[in-house]
Amino acid sequence: MSSMRTGAQIVWEALVREGVTTVFGYPGGAILPAYDAMLEYPIRHVLVRHEQGATHMADGYARASGEVGVAIATSGPGATNMVTGIATAMLDSSPILCITGQVGSKVIGTDAFQETDVTGVTLPITKHNYLVSDVDDVAPTIHEALYVARSGRPGPVLVDITKDAQQASTEMQWDPGAVKLPGYRPDLRASDAEYRRAAELINGSKRPLILAGHGVQLSGASGEVRQFAERADMPVAMTLLGIGGFPALHPLNLGMMGMHGEAWVNQAVQEADLLLALGMRFDDRVTGNVKTYAPNARKVHIDIDPSEFNKNVKVDVALAGDLRMVLEELSPLIAAGDRKSWLAAIREMKGEVAVRDIQNLPDSGHLYAAHVIHDIWRLTKGKAVVVTDVGQHQMWEAQYYHHEQPRSLITSGGLGTMGFALPAAIGAKLAQPDAEVWVVAGDGGFQMTMAELATIAQEKIKINVAIINNGYLGMVRQWQEFFYERRYAATPLLSPDFAKLAECFGLTGMQVDKRQDVVPSVERARADERTVVIDFRVEQEDTVYPMVPAGADLHNMIRRPSPNPIVETADDE
Amino acid sequence: MQTRHTFSVYVEDKPGVLNRIASLFRRRAFNIESLTVGHTETPGVSRMTILVNSDVQGARRLEANLYKLVNVLRVHDITAEPAVYRELVMIKVATRTLENRIHVLQLAEVFRARVVDVAPDSVIVETTGTEDKIEGLLEVLRPHGVLELVRTGRVGMVRGPQSVMVEPAPQRPRSERPAAADDGSISYSV
Repeated sequence: MSSMRTGAQIVWEALVREGVTTVFGYPGGAILPAYDAMLEYPIRHVLVRHEQGATHMADGYARASGEVGVAIATSGPGATNMVTGIATAMLDSSPILCITGQVGSKVIGTDAFQETDVTGVTLPITKHNYLVSDVDDVAPTIHEALYVARSGRPGPVLVDITKDAQQASTEMQWDPGAVKLPGYRPDLRASDAEYRRAAELINGSKRPLILAGHGVQLSGASGEVRQFAERADMPVAMTLLGIGGFPALHPLNLGMMGMHGEAWVNQAVQEADLLLALGMRFDDRVTGNVKTYAPNARKVHIDIDPSEFNKNVKVDVALAGDLRMVLEELSPLIAAGDRKSWLAAIREMKGEVAVRDIQNLPDSGHLYAAHVIHDIWRLTKGKAVVVTDVGQHQMWEAQYYHHEQPRSLITSGGLGTMGFALPAAIGAKLAQPDAEVWVVAGDGGFQMTMAELATIAQEKIKINVAIINNGYLGMVRQWQEFFYERRYAATPLLSPDFAKLAECFGLTGMQVDKRQDVVPSVERARADERTVVIDFRVEQEDTVYPMVPAGADLHNMIRRPSPNPIVETADDE
Repeated sequence: MQTRHTFSVYVEDKPGVLNRIASLFRRRAFNIESLTVGHTETPGVSRMTILVNSDVQGARRLEANLYKLVNVLRVHDITAEPAVYRELVMIKVATRTLENRIHVLQLAEVFRARVVDVAPDSVIVETTGTEDKIEGLLEVLRPHGVLELVRTGRVGMVRGPQSVMVEPAPQRPRSERPAAADDGSISYSV
């Protein structure tokens, strides 16, 4: 009997053998057998305050480490609370494993207490999911689920395990070898002819532009992309999730493209004669109106997921495969480039419009979000892992925090999930315990998941939280300002005193409303052993510029209003 | 340009696979015109024939999306290949007068359809063929009064000796142990 294990024990045995050390979860009836068995295994369990938090933590863990993040919850409401986090991970190709308890197999379909068809609910928002009702399936399913989550285009996988499968015992079968999935093809390769065609287009281009997406970091291809760009002398524009994949201060980096990208970046896209898209999917936030998008450019698209080809933008050549491998094969075919005149032309576009908020904010004594993010960047020397929420502060972070390292910006891009930042930062911190982790969140999004402050307190986690508090749901307010005649329906927002709130949880709280107090507060936060929440009371009706209105042409941006320059840049240091 | 595309899709015969396929079509906003599914020559593998209206790019994306489903083994767009298509139909036709009945039976014979049920006031006619043939039969039967109609949807197979070899999914070993119900340590309620 000694080699017999319950399904519950097998869950942990399998996770431990797979190298999992940390899980984020919340117990409940249908998952109780697994929780009971957990005590026997070397697993750090982080008790969350809401299962959505568990999924965002697993997601943050995955994005910061490249390993699969694991979340666990009970059946019914426990599992349905995970839905937002799973969808977030799905749209951003983040590898997470969600384990949920399910009612006993004999009562499935009877509307038993806390029964929900979780595999049905999560079917369209998972890469794959499983319902396990036989104890013999537990180990191979977890092995397979982790493999599916991390291989190919990563994504969330859910394993729903009935209570009886957790309680039954069996001799555990463990095959650590490759998973046998005859229908699963994570490793595709384009034909030699397609490689030659891509090289031909790239070598023949005069005004090429690399579009670097999340795939650069997921594939671990930052080094290859950099070598490629330098050799071919090609400038690089990044998507929001591409930020960090190419060093911000590299001379070939243009910055973020798209809806809130700088005007010269979007102009370069529109004037390019070749776009080399690396691990990005031509999202509508990136393209604006697809009919007028990059009209002069041939398009070469490299992606691990062939279903992305020609989905939004028609491309000339598509190379399927893992980006790093593809670049290794493609690079020898690429001639060393000299694109001085194109780079000079971009510099000229930049010169025309290179007036950034940070240099031009009126010195009215008011605090601007740009100040805060700029100062955090300076004081952390660009080396922090920054986890943002969704909204104006997210765009300002992308504009003013210059990321040099892969996996140093963690943000909900595709789904745009408010409430993501705080829990995701907890996951990121546990994945990279030595990293300095900053949350940049708005007053709206922070309130969606701020209960996780209790998790931080209980788990003694050290992060810093910068709340960009403008008293509005700022991005929605901005849209109302631009497109709804300033009718501020349901966007003014009353918040608690966040500094006091932090104190309630036994954390440190501060409130800042003057420019000169930003630096001292950030320094104090960095020195504090406890998690610090800083409530930055910023200018209320500040606006993210520039902006391409949804569906508008990329070259028709709402530019920044005419500046009244005050000089304040990093060069002053 | 939208045209009809016929896909032969080999899938693992597992619970929920049909749901995954249907969910994909819905989510990606493709309309299924018809879908049939049944066993194949390989144990554990089912074959679907799916008929979709789409342009060429859409059909390629659909194929790529189908391949993303872990349980999908093989996708074959047979639209451009020489293939045999068949559909089965059963039509219940009203035959209130003798004249009616004779006429319906004659029509059935012309179309090489079989009569599979005869009742005092109705007959059921069954036939197999292409959609065109079935439409033709329906057109001539309709004036008599079609009481009920059921069609299977299209199945298709590429002509010639080549075949799509699909490996069956490996089966997991099962341990021998007493049936769960006999085990007192297991509770089914939460």
